[in-house]
Amino acid sequence: MISDTMTDARQLLLEKLWSQEPVLHAVPEEDLFRQLRREYLLKPVIFIGSGTCGLGAGAGKTLQAVQQYIMEKEIDADIVQVGCIGMCSAEPLLDVQLPGRNRLCFQKVTADKVNPLLDSVWNGEPVEADILGQFRGDSAGEWDSVPYLDEHPFFAHQTRVVLKNCGIIDPVSIKEYIAHGGYQSLLKVLHTCKPFEVCNKVEISGLRGRGGGGFPTGRKWKFANQTQADQKYLICNADEGDPGAFMDRAVIEGDPHRLIEGMAIAAYGIGASKGYVYIRAEYPLAIQRLRIAMTHARQYGLLGKDIAGTGFDFDIIIKMGAGAFVCGEETALMHSIEGKRGMPRPRPPFPAVSGLFGKPTVINNVETLANLPGLLEKGEEWFSSMGTATSKGTKVFALSGKISRTGLVEIPMGTKLRDIIYTIAGGVRNGKKFKAVQIGGPSGGCITEANLDIEIDYESLIRAGAMMGSGGLVVMDEDTCMVDVAKFFMDFIQRESCGKCIPCREGTRRMLEILESITSKPVNTGNQPLTRFRGIIQLEKLGKVIRETSLCGLGQTAPNPVLSTLRWFRDEYESHIYERKCPAGVCTDLRTFRIDVDKCTGCTVCSKKCPTGAIIGAKKTAHFIIEEKCIGCGSCEEACKFGAIFIRE
Amino acid sequence: MKPGIAEVLEIHEKGKRDSLIPILQEIQEKEGYLSEEAVVEVGKHLDIPSSRIYGVATFYNQFRFQPTGRYHIQVCRGTACHVLGSATVLEHLEKLLHIKAGQTTRDGLFSIEIVACIGACGLAPVINVGGEFHAQVDAARVAEIIDEYRKREETI
Repeated sequence: MISDTMTDARQLLLEKLWSQEPVLHAVPEEDLFRQLRREYLLKPVIFIGSGTCGLGAGAGKTLQAVQQYIMEKEIDADIVQVGCIGMCSAEPLLDVQLPGRNRLCFQKVTADKVNPLLDSVWNGEPVEADILGQFRGDSAGEWDSVPYLDEHPFFAHQTRVVLKNCGIIDPVSIKEYIAHGGYQSLLKVLHTCKPFEVCNKVEISGLRGRGGGGFPTGRKWKFANQTQADQKYLICNADEGDPGAFMDRAVIEGDPHRLIEGMAIAAYGIGASKGYVYIRAEYPLAIQRLRIAMTHARQYGLLGKDIAGTGFDFDIIIKMGAGAFVCGEETALMHSIEGKRGMPRPRPPFPAVSGLFGKPTVINNVETLANLPGLLEKGEEWFSSMGTATSKGTKVFALSGKISRTGLVEIPMGTKLRDIIYTIAGGVRNGKKFKAVQIGGPSGGCITEANLDIEIDYESLIRAGAMMGSGGLVVMDEDTCMVDVAKFFMDFIQRESCGKCIPCREGTRRMLEILESITSKPVNTGNQPLTRFRGIIQLEKLGKVIRETSLCGLGQTAPNPVLSTLRWFRDEYESHIYERKCPAGVCTDLRTFRIDVDKCTGCTVCSKKCPTGAIIGAKKTAHFIIEEKCIGCGSCEEACKFGAIFIRE
Repeated sequence: MKPGIAEVLEIHEKGKRDSLIPILQEIQEKEGYLSEEAVVEVGKHLDIPSSRIYGVATFYNQFRFQPTGRYHIQVCRGTACHVLGSATVLEHLEKLLHIKAGQTTRDGLFSIEIVACIGACGLAPVINVGGEFHAQVDAARVAEIIDEYRKREETI
C-alpha cells in the first residue's frame, strides 16, 4: 500500500492549484507552499481576529475601517479574517505583515485607531503603544525594538498543539491548512496503518477524553473497533454547555479543518463511515465555518466516498443542539440526534456497543479529536512525553472572570495553577485579592489559594475537590460571594436537570431552595429561621445523596459546586446564616442601609425613591430607615447626593 | 398552512424522526417561533402525535412558543458573566424595556431571552442583540445600546 501510489496531501494541493492556474507549474513547489504559509509575500496582508469574541469587541467595525483605508489609499493588500489567537482581553486584534518583514500583532485596535495605526506601519514606524509583539520569521524581516510575541508572558508558557493554527491561518482556506502540514496525518494513517493500529497508537499516547470524564480515548475506540456491525458512528461532541468554557468554539472558528481531519482519523480507527458534529446553535459562526471547511474537504476528496483513493468512506453531518446542558452527556446527546427528548439512559450497554440508532458509536469531544492530527504527525512517544504520569499531552483552558488577561491558553498537563493565573493571566484584575478559581463549570469545584501549587491533571484536581471538566477557569476575587456562586450553579443545574431521575430533579431543587433561604431577607415568621439554621447540615447530606444515587454525570456532579464551596468557605455560609450578613456585599437581600444623621439634610429624595416606603422623616430633618421594610435594593444610596446612606457593616 | 412551514416540510420530505429537531429549528428560524399550527403540521408530516412533538420542543431551551421582537436580545448568564455582574445588566435591561426575560415589548421591537453561555467569556458580560455581540456591557452601556437600536429603527 505504501510507496508510489501513496497520495500526499501536499501533492493533492499542488494538483488543485495547477488545475486552477496552469501558470503555477513554473513556480517551484516549495515557493508555493511558502507563499501559502505567508513566509514569503507578494503584497501586504492585514489579518483581523474575527472570532465571536473579536466581533464582540468590535472587529467588524475594524474590518470596515481597514477596507475603507486600503480603498482610499489605493493600496494593494490582502485582508484575512482569522480566528482567535486566544487573547480575548486584547481584542480586537489586528496583524499586519509587509513583504519581507515579520508579522506584527496589534492589540485593542478599534475602528478609530485603524487609520493612524496603518499609516504608522506603512511609514515603517509602528506605534509602539499598541504593539503586542512580532511573530518569528526571517531575521532579515525583524522589527527593531519590537518584542517577540512568543516571549509575551501570555504566550511564552504555552505549548500549542490544538490551537497551533488558531488566529494564524485563514480558517476557511483548506490550502493554507495543507500548506501548514494539514491532512498529512490522515493520509499517512490511511495509507500505512490498519484501523486497530491507529487505536493502539492513540492508546499508547495516553490521550484521554478532554470533555470532562478523562476516559482513555484509545481504549474507548478499541471497544467500538472490536464490535461487529454493519454501521458504526462517530459523534463529535461540540455541545459546549459548560458556562465558562469556549475552547471548542475557538477551535472550530479558527481551525475547522483540524477537527475534520481528527474526525476522519477517529472514524478510520473505529470503522465508522458516518460522523455527526453535535454543535450548539449558540455558535452560528463556528457552524458556518465548519460548513465551508467541509465543502472544501469534499472538493479535495478528503471527505466523502473513497477518501484519497484508499477506499475509506467517511462523511460528516452537522446537527445543531437545541440548548440543553444535559445533552453533553453521551446517551442524552444520542437521544437528541435521534429526535427525542435529550434524556440520559442507564449504562450498560455502553455506546461503543449499542449507541446511536442502536449501532456502535464513539463520542469524542472537539479538543480530543483536534489533538489527533498533531499526535499522529509527531508520534505517540512525543505526545506522551508531555504531561504527568497519568495525564498526557496538553490541555486548553479558558480563562475568564476577574483576571487581567482573559482568553484561551494551551499548556502541558502538569503546569501549576498558580503559573496560569499569575504568570500567564497576569493575576487578579485591579489589584484585588485572589479568592478562588472555579474549574470545571457546574460539575466542578473551587480551588483556593492553598491549592494553587498543585500540578494540573485529572487526578490532582479531583483530589482538590474540583474536576477538569472541559477546562473553564473562572477566577474570583474578594468581591465575589461564594454562596452566591453556589446558588448560581444550583439554579443552573436545577433548570437543566432533565427530570428523569428523582435525586437530581428533586434534590437540586431543594438545595437551591436552601441556598435561596439563606441569602434572602430573614423573616422571623413561620419555619424560616429553622430552615436557615438547618441549611448547612441539610446541604451536605442532600449533596451526598444526589451524588451517589443520580442516573447520569449531570446529577452525580451536580452538588459539587455547593460541596466544594462549603468545604473551603464554610465561614461565608455561616455568616450568611448566623450573622445574616454577606461578607462580600453581593447578596442584596442581606444588605441593610443606614442613614448618617450628620450628613443627611432631609431633602426627602431618598424617601421618594424608596420602593417600599421604608424611609421616614420630616422635611429638613434627618431621615431614618425602617429595617423590616428595607429590601436592600440600594436605590436610596444611588439617589443620595450627600453620601449619607451607607451599608451597615 | 403558512408558506414558511410548508417550505421547511418540503425540504424534509422524506424526513424521519431524527429530522424532527432540525425541522423545528428551521421553522423557528423562518417564523421566529413555533406556533400551534407548526407543531400540528410537523406532527402530521412525521406521523408523530403533536403531544410528543410538543414534549420534545418544550424540553429544549431554544424553542419559543411566542413571537420575538425585531431585535431579540440574548443576555448571557454564564459563570464569567455572572461573576462580572450580568445579573445587574439583566435587571437594568428589564427596567429599561419594561419587560421581563421571555417577554416582548409592546411595540414588538425588543424581546429578552436568558441564555446559558454565548462562549465569549473573555469579554464578559456579553449580550447578543439580533446577532450582533456587545462585549463588556454594564448598566450604562445597556442604555446606550438600546438607544442605538431605537435610533436605527427610526431612520429606517
